[in-house]
Amino acid sequence: MNAFFNYFSEIGRGVKTLLKGMQITNGYFFKPREIVTQKYPENRATLKMFDQFKGEVIMPHDDNNQHRCTGCGICENNCPNGSIQILTKKETNAEGKAVRIVDKHIYHLSMCTFCGLCIKTCPSDAITWGQTFEHAVFDRSKLTKVLNKPGSTIKKEVKG
Amino acid sequence: MAFSIYDFSSFTQSIHQLLSGVMSPAWVLVSELVLVGLVFLMFYALLGLALVYLERRVCAFIQNRLGPNRVGPQGIFQTIADLIKLLFKEIFIIKNADKFLFNLAPFIVIIASMMAIGALPFAKGLHAMDFNIGVFYILAVTSLGVVGILLAGWSSNSKYSLLGAMRSGAQIISYELSVGLSMLAIIIFSGSMQLSVIVESQANGWWIFKGHIPAFISFVIFLIAATAETNRGPFDLAEAESELTAGFHTEYSGIRFAFFFLAEYMNMFLAAALATTLFLGGWMPLHFGVDTQFNHIMDFVPPVVWFFGKTFFVIYIIMLFKWTFPRLRIDQLLTLEWKYLLPINLFNIVLIAFLVMMGWHF
Repeated sequence: MNAFFNYFSEIGRGVKTLLKGMQITNGYFFKPREIVTQKYPENRATLKMFDQFKGEVIMPHDDNNQHRCTGCGICENNCPNGSIQILTKKETNAEGKAVRIVDKHIYHLSMCTFCGLCIKTCPSDAITWGQTFEHAVFDRSKLTKVLNKPGSTIKKEVKG
Repeated sequence: MAFSIYDFSSFTQSIHQLLSGVMSPAWVLVSELVLVGLVFLMFYALLGLALVYLERRVCAFIQNRLGPNRVGPQGIFQTIADLIKLLFKEIFIIKNADKFLFNLAPFIVIIASMMAIGALPFAKGLHAMDFNIGVFYILAVTSLGVVGILLAGWSSNSKYSLLGAMRSGAQIISYELSVGLSMLAIIIFSGSMQLSVIVESQANGWWIFKGHIPAFISFVIFLIAATAETNRGPFDLAEAESELTAGFHTEYSGIRFAFFFLAEYMNMFLAAALATTLFLGGWMPLHFGVDTQFNHIMDFVPPVVWFFGKTFFVIYIIMLFKWTFPRLRIDQLLTLEWKYLLPINLFNIVLIAFLVMMGWHF
């Protein structure tokens, strides 16, 4: 007899919970809450990406056209698919000593998998994530970028 | 009766007389068949596209998204664009597949749903064929679709397809019982299998109202079983995107895939239209009481509008099922059928027979 009642109470409970679920979805259909998707090309002007968004690797420069890259090559070594190349050159500094500085920090966006190992391992925090995401171009060579701006120098406080 | 102004039989008769005036009876028959076939093909394709669009929109709103809204106003041309894309795609024939069965399967599926739609009464006199065993005919024809699904799974020479087809077979064979028994409830009430007679018997009230609680239970069971029969969520084990990639139509591409897709949506329409015809009064307008002002106003709404309004209401409920409930496991699916739906249904039938015998329904 107990099993008999269990059978029906189970059906009752099942129907109740199913109706509850349908009530919620039906409510969403007739009165949608905030639309979670973006209407992208229209809201281009106001669209703001999130802090953790991985758009591309960039090298921040300050107002004096100075960056923090020492050209050590750790990012190049850590990149799993070789999308970073570092070209260095020797230069004599103010004290007359020959030092190695970065000539070109070449970044192949076309090969990057956005794993972030270069940024994580950079000892002087010279590179970081940029927020741009419209990377489509008609020529693949445009995806190869030189991150340090021409004529830029290294900041004083960064130890080589 | 007030809805005689919307009687389509005089319209069809005039077409028949017009054709009879210009050609011999044999040619009249042929040209009428061609005409009805063309009308149904157009109806089938357009309604299929509309349903795909509707489903995507409904699903999007339920999930707080917008859905297709770029191609045309509110995205109404999106499915047409998708269809054109599918038409241009390569039809891929797999190595070691059984070519004949592989090519045949989508046609069986689509013919099965097409044949069933021909028997639906859309309005008074707007009826391609009015069999005296209409309900039985629809049951027989819709179960042909599973043959196509099984053939598609078997001939694809792929484990996903075969698994999907086997699941689909188990599901359709067991839920066919519930569909048949819940239809039987209305056959007992109306005393006929002819769909037009079933609709006429609801002129003074729909069976879902006239038949008390047993009719409502039958309606709910019919909705559940018909959702399972059409392989829609939460009973979409035959496709089960996350487990079997796409189930029985994994290996199909281009227009053949479109056939399966279209047939699935038209089966949903068919299930909703049958629920409308049997339980919600078909093309009969909504009436309260006898000879009231409200009834006269309702009589002026054309029966086609009533039929499609009710059908789309049922379609919305079926869509709500899909986007609310998680997919059942195969054992849960069979438990639901054999332990719950079937015993309740059988008891319900006995109850209805008793009600009708005592004349307790209206």
